[in-house]
Amino acid sequence: MTMQADDELWSAIGDPSRRRVLDLLVSNGEASASWLAERVPFTRQAVSKHLVVLEQAGLVSRRKHGREVLYQVETDRLDQATRAMADLAAQWDRRLAAIKRLAEVAHAEAKNQL
Amino acid sequence: MPGLTIEREVVIEAPAEVVWRTITEPDQMSLWFADRVDLVVEPGAHGYMGFGDQGGPVVVKTVDPPNRFSFRWNHPRGEEPVVGNSMLVEFTLTPEGAERTRLRVVESGHEVRDWPDEEKQRYADEHQEGWGEFLDRLAGVLAERRAG
Repeated sequence: MTMQADDELWSAIGDPSRRRVLDLLVSNGEASASWLAERVPFTRQAVSKHLVVLEQAGLVSRRKHGREVLYQVETDRLDQATRAMADLAAQWDRRLAAIKRLAEVAHAEAKNQL
Repeated sequence: MPGLTIEREVVIEAPAEVVWRTITEPDQMSLWFADRVDLVVEPGAHGYMGFGDQGGPVVVKTVDPPNRFSFRWNHPRGEEPVVGNSMLVEFTLTPEGAERTRLRVVESGHEVRDWPDEEKQRYADEHQEGWGEFLDRLAGVLAERRAG
């Protein structure tokens, strides 16, 4: 995954409205823009824009079904995003745990010297 | 990954001043962060953090003892770090009584603190209910799907 692809991915997920659209697609499996628009507090036009961004980031794909266009989540890509994010969060958890240990020991030692 | 935001926090049984020294003194930083920390903790100071044979430049942004410390990193060598080419790491220390401190870290591409208050609030609200749960839920659904 290149840095630029990463950026697209994170800014795509970074927007709460797009997360909502993604969420609906994840729970529903496959849906059209109009179906999605009925379930979100923004316009059909906005839904279409969000779908374009999500598609560019590789998070959703579309197929024609009769006269309708149906969107679905690209599971692998989303999975990749989830993992990268969990890794980074775990890294910070480890660092914060180390800070906690160091600060608590330093504080206990300072108190003992009084 | 400038579009990504990570927020974590921890409660520490020590006063904010002690936590502050742990997160900002270079010899302490090398115990929890990088193997090599070459940094002067002053706003605008350029430094370096080494992780084994890797590493990169760091630029200090905010130094407001004992409450706020931030720096930018992950920008291309030789470039000034700005929104879009780097990640901002912001530490916020909130005293909770004399001997307890809540330490929060946010790593993101956005400079949240420079936004108007209204924007900041909106952003904070969205992120409260946003990222973590969202990704947890998705991970659950994805796992189920794979199992099925």
